[in-house]
Formats: sequence, structure tokens, C-alpha cells
Amino acid sequence: MKARDILPLALLLGALALTPLFASNLLLNFLVSALIIALGAQGWNLLGGYGGQLSFGHAALFGTGAYATAILQTTFGVNAWVGFACGIALAALTGWMIGFLSFRARLRGSYFALVTLAFAEVLRILANAAGFTGGAAGLLIKLEPSFANFQFASRAGMLWVVLACILGVSLLTLWIDRGRFGAQLVAVRENEDAARALGVDVLATKLRAIALSGAITGAAGGLYAQNFLYLDANIAYGTWISVEVLIAAIVGGLGTVLGPVVGALALHGVGEVTKGLLGWMTGVDLMLFGVILIAAVAFVPAGLVGALRRLRMRRATP
Amino acid sequence: MILLSVEGLSKRFGGLLAVDKASMAVPEGSITGLIGPNGAGKTTLFALASGFLEPSAGRVLFAGEDVTAEPPHRRARRGIARTFQIVQPFQGLTVHENIAVGAYLRHAGRQAALDAARAVAEEVGLAPLLETPAAALTVAGRKRLELARALATAPRLLLLDEVLAGLNPSEVRDILPVLRAIRARGVTILMIEHVMQAVMNLCDHVHVLAQGRMIAEGPPRAVCNDAAVIEAYLGHGAAARMRAEGGAHA
Repeated sequence: MKARDILPLALLLGALALTPLFASNLLLNFLVSALIIALGAQGWNLLGGYGGQLSFGHAALFGTGAYATAILQTTFGVNAWVGFACGIALAALTGWMIGFLSFRARLRGSYFALVTLAFAEVLRILANAAGFTGGAAGLLIKLEPSFANFQFASRAGMLWVVLACILGVSLLTLWIDRGRFGAQLVAVRENEDAARALGVDVLATKLRAIALSGAITGAAGGLYAQNFLYLDANIAYGTWISVEVLIAAIVGGLGTVLGPVVGALALHGVGEVTKGLLGWMTGVDLMLFGVILIAAVAFVPAGLVGALRRLRMRRATP
Repeated sequence: MILLSVEGLSKRFGGLLAVDKASMAVPEGSITGLIGPNGAGKTTLFALASGFLEPSAGRVLFAGEDVTAEPPHRRARRGIARTFQIVQPFQGLTVHENIAVGAYLRHAGRQAALDAARAVAEEVGLAPLLETPAAALTVAGRKRLELARALATAPRLLLLDEVLAGLNPSEVRDILPVLRAIRARGVTILMIEHVMQAVMNLCDHVHVLAQGRMIAEGPPRAVCNDAAVIEAYLGHGAAARMRAEGGAHA
């Protein structure tokens, strides 16, 4: 990897890591929430941006990560960090299983999107009805701030953990981007038949991508559970998270390392400001997200990161 | 040694028998041609040989091993590479990245794959266009890209589906030496081709497919004078008429 690839990543994450030195708790809360979405969006981007498999049901992965992290602690008394790791593994397995069922049936495009949406909805309804998820009443994780419990007295602790996850995933994405798996994944996105003719095992490539995607978005779910210490089916498996991760990735830049992070921060920034200004209009931020998505697809299909890159290239070659 | 052989291969699409008990053998080191009128089933036969379609009956043997049940990516690993009649570039990628996807089959590392891709690009004359987006290539460029990607997988057998179609005569002339050089370094070629100038020039042996059946085979000149072949292309009775007109077929 070259310095040029690492520099924007280091600058952005470095600046974010320093915010606790001056920022208010309000701003830190905002950052933690936005960055959890950013991490989920990075997971979505691996499958959707690099692999071209547009999922409309990443809530299935987010929710599995969140519930596993929470239930293992509350019901089974497992250490929170271990629960978090198990949540990641279970979300990866869920992703793999959804992929196995839908990719083997050769579902693509809108059909794949619909099937993923269906999986997420089924899980939401099951989680709402089942006993061990706390049902409709939801699930509370006991407030006991300590590092061992994965709970932090100061907001900075959680921010740094989330940033560490984003750093790890960004490096992983960069490594994939520069390697054989990434090239094959992009080839599958661009033209499955051509990829197959060149020796790419299309099914295996997609399954690896959706399992990795599941692990990453599941990690975001686990962090969500640890941050808010409360879950119910509509939070964990709700459509909101499926939509937010895909909008963040598309607005930020599909198939780029930092796009999902930039997209999530920009979207949530705009969302918070509008909520502040027009708080009496319930759902105004969601309406705005819709408008931004349409505008992004129409005017900056390469996303914010793609647009920035083009500006830089234009300046470099006048 | 016979590198590829198909034995009694049939493919049925509903009521249509696209390939009907076709058999042929491709000797290692040869350039073998597969010709026939439009709709004869040539591309279907290629799809069966490369694993994109499953035959209704018959076997495909590669280097003596039965590969009939293997998916395309496994056959690619064995050394069968195909190009597509309708070119299928990875539109969003550059020429270099396109070829590298093929090279990754034999090279795990990025640098090794990119170097191999560059070498192939030089071989087929795409070196000056390495950083061009594939979507911006001309027809001739896309045909070369198809060829380069397949070559980058380091195949033993190259299945070329009309790589010369749509090229003008000077572009055809440019690419013939490239194909000869590929064979000279040990790659066996089986090509579907309509450009007869190229078939005459390149092929050691030609098979003729018409309405799904193999109707003739032999050296290119002999095959072109074969009565059954002339009738397949020009219609019933054409061979007799041409003979009567004094060998105007030459």
C-alpha cells in the first residue's frame, strides 16, 4: 500500500479521534451514532459497492449482531466482548446463509434486493414474537460502566472503540481493493459470465463477500447494542438500518474505502441540523435522506468521494 | 496428442436440437477451425466445451479427462479459455484491470498479476491503451481485449468465438500474426470464424457444422470444395450448379 492510499484515511480518522479533546457530549453522541452507521455502511459497501449485489435487508445482519451481543450478556452472562465477537460470527453466518439460499438460486438485481428485504422482515417479526429476545418490550443491558463490560463512563471510550473498528475495516477494505479477491469481486459485479470464463468461482466469491459484509454490519449492530444498552425488534431488524447503510454508501461513494464513512457523517450531519431546525415535523430527516439519495444518484453517481477524486484529478492534469 | 475432444455431443433447447451428436477432436498445438452457416450451433458447441451449458448427451474430454460435469471456472483452471462472440468487457475497469482479472487465475499477488497482464497486453498490441477505460475502446480494441483476457489465464486451449468479426480487412491483417505467435508458443487454438481469408490462412484443419451436425472435416481447401459444405451454405443443388458453371467456386 502506498502513502497516498493511507493518507486520507489517517487524516479523517485521526481528526475524529481527537474530537473528545474539545467537543461537547452532544457532539460526541452524534459522532458515535453516525460512525456506527458508517461501519454498517462499510459492510454494505463491500457486498453492494464492490460486489454489485444490492441488499435491501442488511438489518438482518445488523440485528443479528446486536441481539447476539445483548442476549449472550443478559441471558447467558457471557462477557460483553466475547458476546460482541460471537455476534460478529453469527452475523457472518447469517449473511452466508442468506447468500447461499439466494445466490445459489441465481437471484440478482431487484430479486436479490427483495429477498434480502424479506429475510430481514421475517427476522424482525420472529424477534418481536419470540421470548428470548424480550419480544415487543425489548431488551435492556444492565448499565455497569467498566472496560470489561464494554461500557464506558465517558463518551470518548465508545468513540475510540468505534473508530478502531472503522480503521480495521478500512484497512481490510483497502487490502481487498488491492488484491485478487477484490479484482474478482469487481469482475463479478461488472459481468458474471466474463468472470466465470476467466476462472472466477462466482458463487464462492459472492458468498465470501456477503459473509464478510455480515461480519462488519453485525459488528455495527453489536456496537449499537453496547452504546444504547437497549434493543427491540424494530431497532435491530428495522428497515431504517437497511436504508441508512445503503444511502450512506451510495451518497459517500460505492466501491470506495472511505465513501461509506464520509456518506454517513454527511447524511447524519444534515439530518441533525434539519431536525434541529424543523423538529416539529416528524420524519423530516428521512424525507431529506430520500431527496439526497435521488440527487446523489442523478448528479454524483460516483458519490462524494468519487466527486472529490475527480476534482483532484482535474486539478492534477489541467 | 488430442487436447480437446467432444464425443456425440447433443444440446436440446425445448423443441430445438441445437447440437446433434457432434464429435470432433482438436490436436494439441494446432489451429483448428469450426465453420458453418449462421445458426448452425457453433457458439452452442463452444458453450458446451467451456462449461457454460450442460449437454443433453455426450462427453467433453480435455487432455484425456472427462470434464463434462465441470463448471466453467474449473475448466478455466485446467486451461480452457474462451472469448465471447458478443464482447463482454468489464466496462467500469481499465484495460489493464480487465486483463489482470484473467491473470489472477495463475498469480495470487497484485504485482505479479499486473505484470503478467502487461506482458499479455504487449503480445496482443494493447500496451499503449493499458490505462484506457474498457468502455472507451473501439470494436477492434474490444476484440483484442477479449483475446488478451483469455490469454492472461495462461490457457492450454483457446476457444475463439469470431474474434475477427466486425474488423476491417487491415485490422484482420494486423491480428493474424498475433494469433500465429500465440500458437507458436504452444497454445492450441479452436476458432469459430466467418472470415474465410483468416480460416484459409491460419487453420490446419477445419470442421463444418450445419444444423447442429458435423457434415465435413479436413484441410481448409478440401473442405471448401466439399459438395455437402457448399450446399449447407448456398442451398440444395448449389454444388451441382457450380460444377456445371465450371468451377466458379474458387
